[in-house]
Amino acid sequence: MINIFIENDSGKRSALEVPTDMGFSLMEILKAYEYDIQATCGGMALCATCHIEVLEGMEKLPESNDNELDTLDTLPNADANSRLSCQLRPSDEMDGLVIRLKALQEA
Amino acid sequence: MIHTDICIIGAGPVGLFAVFEAGLLKMRCHLIDALPVVGGQLAEIYPQKPIYDIPGAPAIIAEDLVDNLMKQIGEFRPGFTLGERVEALEKQEDGSYIVRTNEGTGVHCQVVVIAAGLGSFEPRKPAVEQLEYFEGKGVHYMVRKPEQFRNRKVVLAGGGDSALDWTIFLADIAERVTLVHRGDTFRGAPDSAEKVYDLAGKGKIDLILQAQVNKLGGNGVLKEVSILGNDKSVTVVPTDDFIPLFGLSPKLGPIADWNLGVEKSAVVVDTFDYSTNIERIYAIGDINTYPGKLKLILCGFHEAAIMMQSAFKYVYPDQKLSFKYTTVNGVNPF
Ligand SMILES: Cc1cc2nc3c(=O)[nH]c(=O)nc-3n(C[C@H](O)[C@H](O)[C@H](O)COP(=O)(O)OP(=O)(O)OC[C@H]3O[C@@H](n4cnc5c(N)ncnc54)[C@H](O)[C@@H]3O)c2cc1C
Ligand code: FES
Repeated sequence: MINIFIENDSGKRSALEVPTDMGFSLMEILKAYEYDIQATCGGMALCATCHIEVLEGMEKLPESNDNELDTLDTLPNADANSRLSCQLRPSDEMDGLVIRLKALQEA
Repeated sequence: MIHTDICIIGAGPVGLFAVFEAGLLKMRCHLIDALPVVGGQLAEIYPQKPIYDIPGAPAIIAEDLVDNLMKQIGEFRPGFTLGERVEALEKQEDGSYIVRTNEGTGVHCQVVVIAAGLGSFEPRKPAVEQLEYFEGKGVHYMVRKPEQFRNRKVVLAGGGDSALDWTIFLADIAERVTLVHRGDTFRGAPDSAEKVYDLAGKGKIDLILQAQVNKLGGNGVLKEVSILGNDKSVTVVPTDDFIPLFGLSPKLGPIADWNLGVEKSAVVVDTFDYSTNIERIYAIGDINTYPGKLKLILCGFHEAAIMMQSAFKYVYPDQKLSFKYTTVNGVNPF
């Protein structure tokens, strides 16, 4: 179990307890906690509706693969801290990660 | 004015198959879609992916499923209005409807079927100062007629395939083409990326990497774009046309304002016949919701079959419908 923090628009952070041994993607965890992300492609790195911004801990994450980068390229507001949450598998190294849900602002 | 029995909003797989189910009951259809092509999510999001859960087709590429659906409904000669978004429904005194699009097209029909999926696909807009002000005055989200850019100064933004493809295409037509991209590499089709670097190397286009357009300027019409580099440098480029190409994303749009029951961006229907809370309006496929709803193509097909049986009474009020298999009568074109 690790902790991942979600920052909302007013800067408030809430902690999520995230299992690292169940094979869920971060997108699936966010859905399980009933965050309002669409994830219409179900985690295929196609729809970009699971877009997040990494506020702290970018260095803890593995690099994006080509599929993820291709899809991020189609977003007008992606930047160097953008990731697709469906492409991230929580691991022990990610403890303390701080993210913001960007897809919500795109809607 | 176009006259038909059934107007279908959305030409995704479910809207397309609904034409077949209507045709078996001798009801004519007209489809309207905001996308310039048919196929909905299959065409826009995953044309090359295989689908495994279409009965009778162990694996089928999304694009091929759309082609097959078009073949299957061809005999029923549906009408299409593509590239226009449905904005309004106008109820007539006799209960029929006129469906209106943003381009002023009107479709008069007895029954409206909303097969709008996740909503209409709209361009993703970048955060650029004055962007909306210059829409129609130099800002375009699609290239419809490349000739309109002849001898003009065009700035494109984006890093995907369409930004690359249009940069290459317009390089021969426009006076000057500038492509602005946030990153420093392109992962679109390797050929296209290669061509763009080559054109830039030869001085035929301007390529500005690691930068974003952040401001538009002009006096009534677009005159220049301001480009902010990741290193905080600012470049101002004289521009007649700015074309941001960041793909499309679905938005529920006007459907939300039609007084239908809407829950979590989906239209509530009665599972008896997939009717909405308004008579003569049905909703099928990803756009509807009911207890146990599954957003699958197969479920949308089932809903289309049931819904058309119910719609029959509005198109043929004097006839009684008796259910028959296609194997009994075959498929009778009109
Ligand atoms: C990556 C991915 C993989 C998938 N894989 C599968 C799979 O393997 N099997 C499966 O069964 N399902 C799969 N799905 C789900 C499937 O694609 C949807 O269930 C299906 O597309 C729904 O069809 P539809 O016709 O209801 O809507 P859509 O395909 O969303 O089509 C709706 C159309 O309506 C148009 N529209 C909406 N509003 C308006 C308006 N106001 N005016 C004009 N036009 C409008 C839109 O532009 C769109 O073209 C997948 C989805 C994705 C994203
Ligand atoms: S869920 Fe579609 S890109 Fe992540």
